[in-house]
Amino acid sequence: MSSTVMDHDAGHHEHHGPPAGIGRWLFSTNHKDIGSMYLIFSLVMLFLGGASAMVIRAELFMPGIQLVDPDLYNNLVTNHALLMIFGAVMPAAAGMANWMIPLMVGAPDMALPRLNNLSFWLLPAAAVMLILSFVVPFFPGGGSQINTGWTLYPPLSLQVGMAMDFLIFAFHLLGISSVLASINIIVTLLNMRAPGMKMMKMPIFCWAWLVTAFLLILVVPVLAGGVTMLLFDRHFGTSFFIASGGGDPVLFQHLFWFFGHPEVYILILPSIGILSHVIPTFARKPLFGYHSMVGAMLAVASIGMVVWAHHQYTIGMSLAAVNYFMIGTIIISIPVGLMIFNFIATMWRGSMTFETPMLFAAAIILTFTFGGLSGVMLAVVPADMQYHDSMFVVAHFHYVLLPGAVFGLFAGVFYWLPKWTGHMYDEKLAKIFFWTNLISFNITFFPQHFLGLAGMPRRIIDYNVMFTEFNVVSSIGGILFGLSHLLLLYIIVKCIRGGEPAPARPWEGAEGLEWEVPSPAPFHTWETAPEVK
Amino acid sequence: MKGVKSFYYLVTASLLLLLASPLLADAPGVNFPEPASGSAREIYDIHMLTMKIATVILVIVFSIVIYSIWAHRKSRGFKADSRFHEGWFGRWSWVLVPAIVLGVDLTIAGSAQSALRSLWLVPEDKDLMEVKVIGHQWWWEFQYLDEGITVESRFMPKEEAGDLYLREVDNRLVLPTHRKIRFLHTSADVNHAFWVPELGFKKDAIPGYITETWTEIDREGVFRGQCAELCGTWHARMPIVVEAVSQDVFDDWVADQQATLLAAAAEAEMDKEWTLDELMDRGKELYDTKCAACHQVNGQGMPPAFPPLAGSQMAIADLPAHVDIVLNGKAGTAMVAWNMLNDLELAAIITYERNAWGNDTGDIVQPADIKAVR
Repeated sequence: MSSTVMDHDAGHHEHHGPPAGIGRWLFSTNHKDIGSMYLIFSLVMLFLGGASAMVIRAELFMPGIQLVDPDLYNNLVTNHALLMIFGAVMPAAAGMANWMIPLMVGAPDMALPRLNNLSFWLLPAAAVMLILSFVVPFFPGGGSQINTGWTLYPPLSLQVGMAMDFLIFAFHLLGISSVLASINIIVTLLNMRAPGMKMMKMPIFCWAWLVTAFLLILVVPVLAGGVTMLLFDRHFGTSFFIASGGGDPVLFQHLFWFFGHPEVYILILPSIGILSHVIPTFARKPLFGYHSMVGAMLAVASIGMVVWAHHQYTIGMSLAAVNYFMIGTIIISIPVGLMIFNFIATMWRGSMTFETPMLFAAAIILTFTFGGLSGVMLAVVPADMQYHDSMFVVAHFHYVLLPGAVFGLFAGVFYWLPKWTGHMYDEKLAKIFFWTNLISFNITFFPQHFLGLAGMPRRIIDYNVMFTEFNVVSSIGGILFGLSHLLLLYIIVKCIRGGEPAPARPWEGAEGLEWEVPSPAPFHTWETAPEVK
Repeated sequence: MKGVKSFYYLVTASLLLLLASPLLADAPGVNFPEPASGSAREIYDIHMLTMKIATVILVIVFSIVIYSIWAHRKSRGFKADSRFHEGWFGRWSWVLVPAIVLGVDLTIAGSAQSALRSLWLVPEDKDLMEVKVIGHQWWWEFQYLDEGITVESRFMPKEEAGDLYLREVDNRLVLPTHRKIRFLHTSADVNHAFWVPELGFKKDAIPGYITETWTEIDREGVFRGQCAELCGTWHARMPIVVEAVSQDVFDDWVADQQATLLAAAAEAEMDKEWTLDELMDRGKELYDTKCAACHQVNGQGMPPAFPPLAGSQMAIADLPAHVDIVLNGKAGTAMVAWNMLNDLELAAIITYERNAWGNDTGDIVQPADIKAVR
């Protein structure tokens, strides 16, 4: 696809606008509509995932088993992770990619618009499968609940009833969706940049998604293979993971984490990309270290592909193997540290204002650094003998995922809502949301570090009375944290429905092609490619 | 300049906090319990080292960011100044920052090497003791390979354990102090993990694998741990209790265990017709210990995962199928084979299940009946 734009019917579209009725959405080939559908889907999944977390924290509020039975509890633990990772974070990031990548590179749409439609519509189908996997055990003959955690380790996952098979199919659909979207993103970024936009002039959000898309294509098929082998062991008489049949339960762990570790970079890189736009905008200063940022992203992705077994230090690996994974994992702190350094250097001697996107950006730099440091502690094998599978790990990954991925997505939402809707969101309410969210997040997860150090394992429904106090605090924080998201929902809906009209460039320091189209961005944009100097 | 002063106050306060941290670190419930082995001490030390390094880095980053947020604001009239992007800092920081981080990384990785080696490599010792640790859903089995005894360790119910519920068991793992002990871990069903924080190691128990750890306990005491790999319904209820005693006390305990084992085996071999009452008594005790975790003391089970036995077809009608499922388990479910129990134990359990909770079949299963179908 060359960069000459066929604009013979550009005038036509200005008159017709988007098609009417449900067909507009079911058969959409428009990157903005598809982006919006991804975002709405992810918002719904955020609340479902959050609801399961609320039940978990309510159950853990006091020692004893009060609300749910252990299998249902472990199912909620499983679903919380699946809904958040695959339902909320990944689709929200994909939604922003869809909305912003064509706008940022000066392209009229994604390279493969119908593939784009398929990538989205696979998600509601996957969500139905996921929900069925939760609901089926409540019916007679429905079998047992998925009580394995999102990691689905056999042999335990071989004991679960038919709910596991629904989940495996959900994984297949999610995987296909991710891979197809990734292909689309790579083809768009490599082929449809406006004339003059060399690779090293491409916006960092696009670089972040380019790297993420390659990671997805490399590792999602491995996960798909692993869960398919699980399906075969469950129903077709194979013994990939069954020891008595000559198979190896640990093989699944390797296949899973070969996907699972790059997955965390898949979750965080788009948010790093968003921050790379938000911080320069509100510091009114260009991003410090564009080239090193690109290099750091490539380094994180490459090294991140070969350190997966730091999730498996206790399986009984040899000294050489475990030492290799330790050193490799610790080394990742170098490119990640460089990225954070670049953000701080962008803020330094800038002229900052603190609208909500920038509040989230500042919070991310501080709390993500904290989470990254607990990650370095976890990387140390002897110490991990105490941390592994304890609440310390839970605290660590919530400190990198929430402030890293989720707050980054929130920053993106507030940053780009004016472009998407044409209205400014309510800044005062948004600031209240930010503070309640940040403070309650810390109340929830900070005490969990101490719970882990004191000896509380993870994924347990009940605990000894010695762990009560910190659990009470964590649960109170958790309930407040969950409720605070209702404010987010209100702000978003209110902004969609109306608000102060937003100009094309609502933020004084914002640079980039996306700020040269009107707000809200019209149904078709960049039908004639701009010249980039 | 006021800003610079508050910055220094912040840095000073943080450094004081850092220095005070070792004191805070000893507060109960916020850090590892007191180590009971050399490995655990090394682990504690490296944990404190990484925590201090992390705190220093955190203080530096927080100070810089908070200062910048305060000073470099449009509302204070600060004008954006990106000249330093172009100077030597802009040109070299991408080398400098990675170099500094690399230095910190190598320090941490280097400090961990000796603790890692001593933890991983089982020492040579002619006095080495070997204990096989087998994870079950949801209890632990400890086989003392040299002494020839087996301990089955299950959680102690809340009524008996009180505040130690989920941290106490019926039969503890008794071990001698000042002796190198090698553990061989495996599982009879799904992945479990053996974790006792005071001893400083954690190892997965994986079916089809034997994984290895070692320890030398350097003080007497009771050390409590838990299963640390999600293993199904009652993962939360698989505590481990190590009771470390002197070699003499340990020898006495071993002799006791061996005697009990011999007596039980002899009893099972007895050529005797057991009465319903005798079997019901033994059966209830065995059932409550071994079967009730899933099927409940009242026989109601926890469907769909654990079927009820009260009023079930299996327990009222089909005796051969009942014996078969208890003896051989049911593949693809959590019901394992209980063929490690002796004939008397199995006869008692099955008799109890067929007559309790209103099942009242009147069936009596004798040890010889079990022997016949093994």
